[in-house]
Amino acid sequence: MAKPKLKYNSILQREVKSRFIKDKIFSGIVITLSLITISPIVLIILKLIAKGYKQINLSFFTETAPNTFQAMEAINSGNVIPGGILNGITGSLFMVFLASIMAIPIGLLVGIFLYENGTKRYANIVKDITDILQGVPSIVLGLISYFWVVKFITNGFSAMAGSFALFIMMLPLIIRSTEETLKMVPDTIKEAGFALGVPYHKIILRVLIPTGLSGLITGILLSISRIIGETAPLMLTALGSMSVNFDISKPTSAIPLLIWQFYNDPNMVDLIWSSSLLLMFFVLALNLISKQIISKRNK
Amino acid sequence: MIDELNIQEKDAVLDIKNLSVAYSKGKYAVTNVSAQVKRNKVTAIMGPSGCGKSTILRAINKMHDLYPNIETEGQVFLNGVDTSSMSTIMLRRKIGMVFQRPNPFPTMSISDNVIAGYKLNGIKLKKFEREEIVKKSLQDVTLWEEVKDSLNKKGTFLSGGQQQRLCIARALAFQPDVILLDEPTSALDPVATKKIEELLIALKEHYTILLVTHNMSQAARISDYSMFMYLGELVEYGKSKEMFINPKDKRTDEYLTGKFS
Ligand SMILES: Nc1ncnc2c1ncn2[C@@H]1O[C@H](COP(=O)(O)OP(=O)(O)OP(=O)(O)O)[C@@H](O)[C@H]1O
Ligand SMILES: [Mg+2]
Repeated sequence: MAKPKLKYNSILQREVKSRFIKDKIFSGIVITLSLITISPIVLIILKLIAKGYKQINLSFFTETAPNTFQAMEAINSGNVIPGGILNGITGSLFMVFLASIMAIPIGLLVGIFLYENGTKRYANIVKDITDILQGVPSIVLGLISYFWVVKFITNGFSAMAGSFALFIMMLPLIIRSTEETLKMVPDTIKEAGFALGVPYHKIILRVLIPTGLSGLITGILLSISRIIGETAPLMLTALGSMSVNFDISKPTSAIPLLIWQFYNDPNMVDLIWSSSLLLMFFVLALNLISKQIISKRNK
Repeated sequence: MIDELNIQEKDAVLDIKNLSVAYSKGKYAVTNVSAQVKRNKVTAIMGPSGCGKSTILRAINKMHDLYPNIETEGQVFLNGVDTSSMSTIMLRRKIGMVFQRPNPFPTMSISDNVIAGYKLNGIKLKKFEREEIVKKSLQDVTLWEEVKDSLNKKGTFLSGGQQQRLCIARALAFQPDVILLDEPTSALDPVATKKIEELLIALKEHYTILLVTHNMSQAARISDYSMFMYLGELVEYGKSKEMFINPKDKRTDEYLTGKFS
């Protein structure tokens, strides 16, 4: 047999070389784009820390917001602004809590319902409504809560009205995450339960929910992180308050409301940064915990 | 056919009469199958993909009831009792099922997986009962020695073959009359497959085993009786030894000689 004239090896080498270069270029592009994406968040966090750390001390967490004269005096004598944002922290936690105890059970139940009836017509209608609800601007939800709760139920701005708006924001998020989580539970696990004679509702309670539990919790945490920074709907509903309030029928403060208030007061500017830092910390912590749960589950 | 197989009325654990199953109206996946399954034997169901093997198996423990579109006609008798008159929990306590892919409950420990049938149904067990059921079932599937020190670990930590034996143990925990297995070894390696095959042969002393398999040599190795299905029909049913050597139907012959698969 004649020896082939063509150098097969060199063809392959040529190919390998050009692929190597393409790989390099491609990963260069990917790295650059990733940097562009993460730089805002890094810059934001750095800025918040640089400008906000001064104000973060014990009284920041244990005292309510100062009034503008106290702040002005402190600035003039070169001190940090006294007081803290306790009324905002408690208000945020209180309203998120109220919204959660409404949204979690309803969201889980509707999510389970959608999962079980996914192909039926009325389930699809519910699904569409959920999607629409998810897209409604939060200020509109605030308006709705204003007309329903502020005007007719609590007869004034209130924690109830604020948490109602947050509840409607949370609801579609939990519904969809519940449905998606349950969909990820393999049918074979469900059938294993059926083959043991386990009735339907017990399969849902004792097989599906435990199997998808980490996903359900993750969905809830992410929905909380989504609403905890909401400002617009609270302006029209909870209004804000200078003192700590745990009465659902009274106006209540929240961290984002305080930030807005501080922004409107030239003496309080320093508190904007520390409050934003705390809010950012909440959101990041919720996200990191969720990530942790997800990665544990995937192990 | 009954005379031919020499199955006496008292030897028939399952008696399937004119069973037809349609996944949607008029589209039959299984048509008019009648057969008796003999006690303490391994009976294999063979046939090309899509011929209705799984469909028959799932009709026996009424898994089709879960899906309202599926229509089932005919009757299945278990020890002479019409299964349509039994509650699903009673029926499935007497007929265990093992699936193609091992499917232990991922949130449960090994021992909880074994007694999952009790736990999920809310049947309370005393501690000694629980321990005995777990031990006995795991011993029956030759898994006890391998896992006795890690009963509280998750079942999903086991190897595929171990998981499948765990699933068989889960089915045995109710001491059923019949165990249905749908291609239980198709996701396993040859060593794990061999273990399961040996296990099934040992189990027939106490249980009746109905096994769907794609694998003709598996059917030849472990089954006493074989059914050959084609296009939803039960074409041939007989003693495995006779059927493999001397099939009566041309279609069985063609399948066994690999003319189609
Ligand atoms: N859920 C379903 N909906 C509609 N048709 C189905 C469904 N499951 C099975 N079928 C159809 O019914 C027929 C029999 O399917 P079945 O699963 O019983 O076959 P099989 O013999 O078990 O095949 P395999 O060896 O591939 O598992 C096939 O034509 C299949 O397409
Ligand atoms: Mg099948």
